[in-house]
Amino acid sequence: MNSQTSTPLYASRRRRNIITMGLAFAATAFGLSWLVLILGELLWQGFSGLSLAVFTEMTPPPGAAGGLLNPIIGSLIMTTIAVVLGTPLGVLAGTYMAEYGRYDKLTMIVRFINDILLSAPSIVVGLFVYEIMVARMGHFSGWAGAVSLAVIVVPVVVRTTEDMLTLVPDTLREAAASIGLPRALMITKVAYRAARAGMITGVLLAVARISGETAPLLFTALNNQFWSLDLNAPVSSLPVVIFQFALSPYKDWQNLAWTGALIITLAVLTLSIIARALASQRKSS
Amino acid sequence: MNSVASFTVPTVTHAAVSVEGLSEKITIQNLDFYYGDNRALKNINASLYHGKVTAFIGPSGCGKSTLLRILNRMYDLYPNQRATGHVRLDNDDILSPSQDLNLLRAKVGMVFQKPTPFPMTIFENIAFGIRLYERLSKSELENRVHNALQRAALWDEVKDKLNANGLSLSGGQQQRLCIARTVAVRPEVILFDEPCSALDPISTAKIEELIDELKDDYTIAIVTHNMQQAARVSDFTAFMYLGELIEYGETTRMFTTPNDRRTQDYITGRFG
Repeated sequence: MNSQTSTPLYASRRRRNIITMGLAFAATAFGLSWLVLILGELLWQGFSGLSLAVFTEMTPPPGAAGGLLNPIIGSLIMTTIAVVLGTPLGVLAGTYMAEYGRYDKLTMIVRFINDILLSAPSIVVGLFVYEIMVARMGHFSGWAGAVSLAVIVVPVVVRTTEDMLTLVPDTLREAAASIGLPRALMITKVAYRAARAGMITGVLLAVARISGETAPLLFTALNNQFWSLDLNAPVSSLPVVIFQFALSPYKDWQNLAWTGALIITLAVLTLSIIARALASQRKSS
Repeated sequence: MNSVASFTVPTVTHAAVSVEGLSEKITIQNLDFYYGDNRALKNINASLYHGKVTAFIGPSGCGKSTLLRILNRMYDLYPNQRATGHVRLDNDDILSPSQDLNLLRAKVGMVFQKPTPFPMTIFENIAFGIRLYERLSKSELENRVHNALQRAALWDEVKDKLNANGLSLSGGQQQRLCIARTVAVRPEVILFDEPCSALDPISTAKIEELIDELKDDYTIAIVTHNMQQAARVSDFTAFMYLGELIEYGETTRMFTTPNDRRTQDYITGRFG
């Protein structure tokens, strides 16, 4: 072996290895450096504006002191409703595709359409809900905002539910069937349990995805400068407030936008970490 | 088994049995099976007897697992698979479309090649199946779980950790847990699909002992690649080749004086 390690072939392979590794490291460093710059700037600008008032006071008019309470609450409410609407629909569809209709043509069609929906620009979703809800009701509303977010949740949950259930080995399904378990119970008691962590991860990823969405809300929930829990009226949300405040010429509005961006980022980061922890738990169990 | 010279015919440990006086539990008549257009089983005729172990042997792809999976209609989970002919369990034709599959599978249990505990506690793995068909008090249920684990020779090893996850057990223990789970629903027939092929020799010996203890109360069918195992545990042996049942008879005779040349070649390790 030793006599061969110095052959020209081996030496050239080593050289190529070093070059490729170097390129891979450089690419990684280049990509990560932007992330570090963005996060650094966000932390720097966002933390300086972070205070108790951010969580207790309404969005201010230019020049006055204030916080982000109404957009935070608005975002929480609309996100919650979107998840409550979208998750059952997504889980049921994903279950059909993975369990009942795995070999059906319908499943292939649904999967194809779902993939399109998954990558559809969210502004299209906003316009769609604007047409079917806002235009007909005659005004912007929190409901329309929640529905447009739900439309984004559904394909994500459909995809992860189907994928996670497909990962459940057929041997487990056969084992469940072998003791006389009806299919519905096999799915709810055995397959869901085996796929649980992955399915929850899917929902968390969907939440992470919609908590930063601005475009669909611009056409649906619009914005509200005041405290309002009325979902039939326009509702404030963090992404839209960030959009509006960051574009404004007022320094204190811009600072609040930074803080809002930091809050969303931290919330999504927390969700991602939870999703990761759940996913690794699934692997080890 | 590459060297024919050093190969010895497995010793049969059971006393000779005769078909007379045995009750037929499962009768297979003119059975054909298709994966799509591919005919995987060709005109199978055989009987499984109550209180006896029947082994199915043969080279890979000969259809022995396929045959086993017909006996509880497991193939029904998948599309484009169909069986024609008759399979009678007692007097019901289980291939009839009106057969309730869940009830059939509660009567005909199955243990798989790979241990497949459910993702739940050891206790729940067993209690789960019992609760499906019986409404029991807590103490009755605990009793049944206890009995099932004892029958599967697992009780002593798990009695202090019934709430641990079933997946935390070793491979051999998991397989015995699966046997306990199968026994707990009180089936009449138990199908073993290469139950030891993923296990070490000690676990294998335990499972074989277990099959021997269980056989008085059940009708047992076992698919195995291991001819010594077939010789050790079974009363009847069926040799299958290329989707056909070549020879079927008492294990003692099959391993000493097979009628068919192919059976003899397989048993003596000349192919397969």
